[in-house]
Amino acid sequence: MLSRAAWSLVLRRGPGIRGTHSPGGAADGQGKMPSYTNYYAQRTYPMPDEPFCTELSAQQRALKEKEKGSWTQLSHAEKVALYRIQFHETFAEMNRHSQEWKTVMGCVFFFIGITALLIWWQRVYVFPEKPITLTDKWKTQQLQRVLDMKGNPVQGLASRWDYERKEWKK
Amino acid sequence: MSSSPLTKLQMQGLLARHLCIHIVGAFIVSLGVAALYNFGVAEPRKNAYTDFYRNYDSMKDFEEMRKAGIFQSAK
Repeated sequence: MLSRAAWSLVLRRGPGIRGTHSPGGAADGQGKMPSYTNYYAQRTYPMPDEPFCTELSAQQRALKEKEKGSWTQLSHAEKVALYRIQFHETFAEMNRHSQEWKTVMGCVFFFIGITALLIWWQRVYVFPEKPITLTDKWKTQQLQRVLDMKGNPVQGLASRWDYERKEWKK
Repeated sequence: MSSSPLTKLQMQGLLARHLCIHIVGAFIVSLGVAALYNFGVAEPRKNAYTDFYRNYDSMKDFEEMRKAGIFQSAK
């Protein structure tokens, strides 16, 4: 009994993809189930398949009748009302920036942090011993050998080494 | 809509103007990058090599390397 009531409540919610703005303009009250609609408008898809308001009030229907005449007789407010019947938002409203990038960057950094912790744990508990060629003793001997061979003596490594004083050039 | 009169946009010749600006810009940018590379990287490198080889004694260099013990064929 309780679960069936809960299920009917879930069904009554509807698609909800249109946010809080219900289609049908001011004619429908808040709290009614939003109707399924094919209205979809984006900067890359700017001409929707059907008008935004399909159920028009008497006033809106009168306006639509007036639209069939000469448009020069429409006042500015009437033209805006006709636009709002046909489209949900203006281009400026549709293309407005959102704050989503903050969420995205936050999640990216968060997961990078988690990855860093995982890698640290791996370094402590999983990785085997360093190979002999990466120990400090071996590396100094290797560097000495490269300097003896005078590797890159013009602009590279051996050019930075002072052979008289046996130290790096200042 | 704003109440101030909107100025008429440029309606024609947009691609031509875009090409003009960007072809000239591309020339300037690429020549600039090439010149910068030449005077920032190539000339110093040429000078470094000439300075290195001006007073270079290869036999002395070889003797130093031999004494350091890196050769297998010449101890």
